[in-house]
Amino acid sequence: MLLELAIAVAKMLVVVVIMFTVAPLLILMERRVSAFIQGRKGPNRVGPFGSLQPVADIIKCTLKEVTIPRDADRALFMFGPLLALLPPMLGWAVIPFGPRVQLFGVDTSLQVAPLGIGILFTMSVLSIGVYGITLGGWASNNKFSLLGSMRASAQLISYELTLGLSILAVVMMSQSLDLQTVVTDQAREGWNLFGRFNPWLLPSGLVGFVLTYTCALAENNRLPFDMAECEAELVGGFHTEYNSMGWAAFAFSEYIAMTLSAALVVTLFLGGWHVPFITVPDETGFVPWYFALVGVAAFVGKVVFIDFTYIWIRWTLPRFRYDQVMSLGWKRMLPVALVNIGIIAVVGVFGG
Amino acid sequence: MQAHADHHDPQPTHADPHHGGHHGPEDFPELPVPHASVRDNPTLPMWVRVKSAITRVMIGLYLPSIFMGLAKSLEWMTRAKTTEEYPEVRPGSKGARDVLRKGYRGEHRLKKDEQGREKCVACYMCATACPAECITIVAEEAPWPDRDKRPKVFEIDLLKCIYCGMCEEACPCDAIELTNVYTQVATSRKEKIYDKERLLRN
Repeated sequence: MLLELAIAVAKMLVVVVIMFTVAPLLILMERRVSAFIQGRKGPNRVGPFGSLQPVADIIKCTLKEVTIPRDADRALFMFGPLLALLPPMLGWAVIPFGPRVQLFGVDTSLQVAPLGIGILFTMSVLSIGVYGITLGGWASNNKFSLLGSMRASAQLISYELTLGLSILAVVMMSQSLDLQTVVTDQAREGWNLFGRFNPWLLPSGLVGFVLTYTCALAENNRLPFDMAECEAELVGGFHTEYNSMGWAAFAFSEYIAMTLSAALVVTLFLGGWHVPFITVPDETGFVPWYFALVGVAAFVGKVVFIDFTYIWIRWTLPRFRYDQVMSLGWKRMLPVALVNIGIIAVVGVFGG
Repeated sequence: MQAHADHHDPQPTHADPHHGGHHGPEDFPELPVPHASVRDNPTLPMWVRVKSAITRVMIGLYLPSIFMGLAKSLEWMTRAKTTEEYPEVRPGSKGARDVLRKGYRGEHRLKKDEQGREKCVACYMCATACPAECITIVAEEAPWPDRDKRPKVFEIDLLKCIYCGMCEEACPCDAIELTNVYTQVATSRKEKIYDKERLLRN
């Protein structure tokens, strides 16, 4: 009993520590990759290869004066960044970063909360994320901030539909809402990206991946969907009035949410912790602990790669116009997702 | 897919938002956009029409242009960087990309003649020509036989100076010139008011 508790606490600590280190590392990665794409060298002064740059950023942000606009709603203004920071952290609770293993004789699944409805939980948590942005923008009492938050929520609602539908496609393939089961099934039968090696599902897997990936970008308000903070039109959007740690909290939440959605994409489509021929689960879904370590490393690698592609896309594509965002979401991606679900349903019933 | 194919979009779906006017065709090759008539032409074989419809959906989702753009930025990631790391690599130094050009207008210098005396004869031409009025001259009688006056005080307020080079052009004795000293660092305003000795040292 005590051992189980210790393992649970250890898993929590690992996830929390990784979460708080991943955001600064991603900020550094974003700055270096953007520099490389633009033919620059990027921050390389603080520490070896600029590795301590995030620390310098954080120190700078904490030392800055906190200003709150006179007409802002003080309580909500301070609450907004916190509310933005919380949901993406919550979402990490159900992401399986490793397989089911036996640790010191205890059967455990390498995720903080082995929740039966993990997919629904992550989706709901992802949608709560916009509350922080909306509250922050509204409490700033600034028209541009308010416009930014309104755009963020409208965009989130539009892309939530397509995201839900394309995740539903995965659920239909896996017949389960438990993320660990989804990954274990993929380890046995092939990744969802390739439609589990079923030739009839191959296009659906690829289309589902593209749709989920795009919607994840939109949910995180990353470019090319960063309607909430487009500088040219809305000054800074929802965080115009924020500075110091309030702004840093928004930035952190963006990166943690980015990693969460990358982890979700990896879990749903790229086989999570699965490495072909190495982390193969046995009949009961367990993996020896040494292979489980490889699996955890593979999961981290895949997530970092997806994060890298997010950054790569951000510094490649220009921002969509607002009407383009809406027409892409409602008139193009939603029909494709519906057709995709139809194909998977038909294949699921008649063949495969 | 069918829902999209049925309704005619008033905006042309192949309009590529990433095209700037100044890019050559080799930068962004033309997208193979199948015309709507290919899809709707019943005489063409089915696979041609299906392929056309799929391509149109891909273009509607901006996918081909996105992948071309990603390839472009990946290519840029591997290129040599143009950054110069300033304090270590200075313009004009060895291995630097930047050079200091001949006409660069940096801090001023008062020139000396062969005997080590300042060339300036305190004629006030530079101070008169200066649009920023940053030159202060007080003249005194020169101890030498070849000129009447020399500057007792010659001050340039470099914080007022706009580095236009008019003083250099106005000078009849070629006594003042702008050097290529480009670092303008000081810890107080007073330090940037250069007196005669400081200008002669430059």
